[in-house]
Amino acid sequence: MSQAPTPRLETVAMDALMVRLFSRIDEANMPWTLAADSALRERFGTALIDLVPSYTTLLIHYDVARLTHAEARELALTALDGLAPAAASTAREHVIPVWYDPSVGPELETIAARLDISPQEVVRRHCARDYCAFALGFAPGYAFMGLVEESLATPRLETPRQRVPAGSVGIAERQTAIYPMRSPGGWNILGRTAVKLFDREREEISLFQPGDRVRFEAIDRATFIDQGGDVTPMEER
Amino acid sequence: MAREATGGALVVAEAGPQALVQDHGRFGVRHLGVTQGGALDWVSLGWANWLLGNAPDAAGLEIAVGGLTLEAESRLTLALAGADLGVRLDDTPIAPYTVFVIEPGQRLVFERPVHGLRAYLALPGGIAAAPVMGSLASVMREQLGGLDGQGRALSKGDRLVARHAECQSRRLDTPPDPAAADVPLALVTGAQIAHFDGASLFEAFNRAWQVDSRADRMGVRLTGPVLRCRLGGMISEGIPLGAVQVPPDGQPIVLLNDRQTVGGYPRLGALSPLACARLAQCQPGESVHFAAVTPQRARRDYLAQLARWQ
Repeated sequence: MSQAPTPRLETVAMDALMVRLFSRIDEANMPWTLAADSALRERFGTALIDLVPSYTTLLIHYDVARLTHAEARELALTALDGLAPAAASTAREHVIPVWYDPSVGPELETIAARLDISPQEVVRRHCARDYCAFALGFAPGYAFMGLVEESLATPRLETPRQRVPAGSVGIAERQTAIYPMRSPGGWNILGRTAVKLFDREREEISLFQPGDRVRFEAIDRATFIDQGGDVTPMEER
Repeated sequence: MAREATGGALVVAEAGPQALVQDHGRFGVRHLGVTQGGALDWVSLGWANWLLGNAPDAAGLEIAVGGLTLEAESRLTLALAGADLGVRLDDTPIAPYTVFVIEPGQRLVFERPVHGLRAYLALPGGIAAAPVMGSLASVMREQLGGLDGQGRALSKGDRLVARHAECQSRRLDTPPDPAAADVPLALVTGAQIAHFDGASLFEAFNRAWQVDSRADRMGVRLTGPVLRCRLGGMISEGIPLGAVQVPPDGQPIVLLNDRQTVGGYPRLGALSPLACARLAQCQPGESVHFAAVTPQRARRDYLAQLARWQ
């Protein structure tokens, strides 16, 4: 467990404050961030409009019809006073089945070649640990997760792809993520999952919430198809 | 809700570049990566609604640039606000900030920008449709909101149904000018502003910025003096509405309603909501200035605008 952070409050907009908790990305940050998240939600109550936790910060968007800037600062300071890290058990755990294959994950071979290991070994390393969902952004349900094993760290593609299919699992530096819907993107794609990450017909609209734990599990083509997966190969850039 | 709709309807005869159903936006969902959306010029949508006695955040139509033709299926009272897009009701010109009646078979045509960029059309009680995550705001990129919940821009054949049959229309004696030139954009300073060098800060607030053609509902690029920030890479963090971010090329981008929820470029601060509405009416090539304001001042001006609709 990391040391208790000393929260800093920054003005960022007429109706928003930034809580800065840490200066670097670390999984040990997350219990503190989650604790700050629930303390702020409780303290602001209905005067809170949105709260966006990220790797080292939380953005508080509050209702200016209810609070002045000074009142919002005061509320945030009180909420963050004597913060204790959230118990690990509050995080939900997910296992995501992935069909790792060069036809739907073109960078599987590029990364294997660079490290002089087999694609299977790249898959083994990607599945070997569980990841923390640090922040959601980029698209609805898109979670920035980490940290992938150092050897797999790969910079983003120099030219992003126009279309990355929904369910694509990729890495960028030491982060990993799944594209919830087809969108442009520059991450290195290793495979595809049939799991729906964002589904407004479902009670849990977004499968992931900040702080969740995620593990990947390799499945074969037949299982992927059984699960409703789309085997259409990825287009050339 | 759509099922309660009792008002008349308009049918899209020609769709134009971009007409979107918008309300105040989608809130309480940004931690799921869902953006806020909503009317870019929320002040003009508010006036259009006020003219019909609607709630300020009732869903209306945001018409960018023009090229839209609507045909009435039934008799309807409508209100127009925001930009002057050369609107005609059959052959009669309709000025912004007026309430008018459209009869069955009549056509409402939005031609092209005469002054400003985005017009807002209100229907009695607002546009009826099923909200997605609490809002009708159309976000095309996220496929959320609008008439069918998929965030689409209007297309030919779409039907806009009013929630109410009747309305309490009002008159506005001195219409505001949403695209008034020489109104500085109020910028609440903060975020990473201390990391910009002194000369850059001087230029940011004392030189003119040009609105670039690269502008959409996610953000508006500005071109002008190159701003230098001492921060190298930043860890991604939440981005408020109006954030003025400065990527390595030193040219600011003002992030608007459809922005990503987190991002990692240094920021000077954020435009006030009123300044965001004003920027949304700027055509490419227009000059704008920033004026630093405190959050207290920005809040006073914002609450004063809301009070006008009470």
